[in-house]
Amino acid sequence: MEGWERQKNILDFSLSSLLRRKGKNLALVFVYTLLVFTLASVLFFTHAIKREASLILQDSPELIVQKSIAGRQEQIPLRYLEPIQKIRGVQSGRGRLWGYYYDPIIGANYTLMVPEKQTLESGKISIGQGISKTRLVFPGDTMEFRSHDGMLLQLQIQQVFPSESELIASDLILLAEDDFRRLFGGSREYATDLTLRVRNQRELPTIALKIAEMFPDTRIILREEILRTYESIFNWRGGMMVFILVGALLAFIIFAWDKASGLSLEERREIGILKAVGWETSDVLLLKFWEGTIISLSSFLMGIIWAYAHVFFTSAALLAPALKGWAVLYPEFKLTPFIDFSQVATLFFLTVVPYTVATIIPSWRAATIDPDSVMRT
Amino acid sequence: MIELKNIYKIFNQGQPNEFAAVQEVTLEIEPEKVTVFKGPSGSGKTTLLSLIGCMARPTSGRIFLSGREITSLPERFLTEIRRKTFGFIFQQLNLIKGITVLENIMLPAYPNGEKFSAVKNRAMRLLEVLELTPKANSKIEWLSGGEAQRTAVARALINNPAVIIADEPTAHLDTKLSMELVGTLAKFKEDQKMVLIASHDPLVYESKIVDRVIHLRDGKIEGPPT
Repeated sequence: MEGWERQKNILDFSLSSLLRRKGKNLALVFVYTLLVFTLASVLFFTHAIKREASLILQDSPELIVQKSIAGRQEQIPLRYLEPIQKIRGVQSGRGRLWGYYYDPIIGANYTLMVPEKQTLESGKISIGQGISKTRLVFPGDTMEFRSHDGMLLQLQIQQVFPSESELIASDLILLAEDDFRRLFGGSREYATDLTLRVRNQRELPTIALKIAEMFPDTRIILREEILRTYESIFNWRGGMMVFILVGALLAFIIFAWDKASGLSLEERREIGILKAVGWETSDVLLLKFWEGTIISLSSFLMGIIWAYAHVFFTSAALLAPALKGWAVLYPEFKLTPFIDFSQVATLFFLTVVPYTVATIIPSWRAATIDPDSVMRT
Repeated sequence: MIELKNIYKIFNQGQPNEFAAVQEVTLEIEPEKVTVFKGPSGSGKTTLLSLIGCMARPTSGRIFLSGREITSLPERFLTEIRRKTFGFIFQQLNLIKGITVLENIMLPAYPNGEKFSAVKNRAMRLLEVLELTPKANSKIEWLSGGEAQRTAVARALINNPAVIIADEPTAHLDTKLSMELVGTLAKFKEDQKMVLIASHDPLVYESKIVDRVIHLRDGKIEGPPT
């Protein structure tokens, strides 16, 4: 009970002690909160976006077969499909048509694709929100495309994808097979690549091997590989930001160290007074510990809460342009709130611990001075 | 009762600037009496008070407090004795700026582990006795010289110590405030506290409340006690 009262009394004094230097401490809390906010925003955002991407890609085909000539992707003959479908374990397969189209008006690349499941009427397209927003086109409007032979192709927008799927579909245009072929040319005997559905995931490597043996001019892409690529892209983006933020973190540590190690004469004098009136070294350290903890913990909590609101309520409005990297067409979508507690813990140890240590060490040095020093000043 | 046996305090021992602040001091100080250490500047008064008040350890010799030898006690115990047995009034007052009079007074009691409300009540009573109640929530920097002095006195009393140590308490006070302080010291005596004062102010050492004056020069006790 005595120990508890002592803690309470010293904590109480820490609070009034912090309030004495209101301006200085508020500035410190502000900088500290900003740092935690930025770090936590990057962490929350990259984590949520990776999760989102992997969820969306769960629906993509398990296997993609592409034809390549001299290491470049070529159109693949649809006749390849029949022998491949006969391989044991392959559930279904189809030729897929997709490509890129450069729109000089807004200087962006669209991904054009003939949908696998739904069939679109010829002359109709569905577009991603990114295109709709950038080009200011909406359902019912028409978009013009210049085909491979220089002809103008007018296609009417039937639908704009709902924002939930924007991460992947921001720059996507879905169109009918006939329109695709009119736009890009090419024979009906060919597709861009082949997609295969496989029931048993364990058979994937064997099937891939068999296809490679059957058609040595093909390249087989597993869904797992795409997922990994996405993972590494977002990691790389996250990594880039984290790398930059390490600089910020180091700057903060230097700032904290400078603040804490340079105990002012006034602070040293106060420690001397406390010792003279009967405070033990451990009491002084407890005081400084509470002071450091109050500052760092409140900044940490505020930073985390702001970052959570920023990422999940405003869709990371401040970070999105830097991290999403969709060139011109920024996807706008709501991320599903998700927090990885190990990340929060890491952030805690990166920010709260160094500050608290930086506060305590110099105070400990000051707290070991002889109490009679105040009698001599 | 405080007993000092052959006390030496030497600073920078073994170095060219070695300096003996206190030498060969053997002394018995009776409880419930006012004792003044008188002497010129640098005569060792402050050092002797800090040794008695457990703020520093003697280089050699032993100090007994109520028969208990305290010189060899570990730092923690010395701190506890200092907090519970001694109340200090410093020459520079040493009040902490930016916090209130009340908080300053309560400071020495925080590490005791007493209930905050109990300490606060005690501090409020002291403020009342010292006529400082209206200033309880004022910051230290807003006080007049006399109010600051009384705040320092209240802080010295918060843990109800048996011994009050005052180092040159009138050094920064005018005659009126000095007389006021002597009145306060007289009250301590009435309350049966031992009062130890280092002073070279005649207002203090010639005061009739003083029971004993010990002359110090060059760290040594000079002549017979008066």
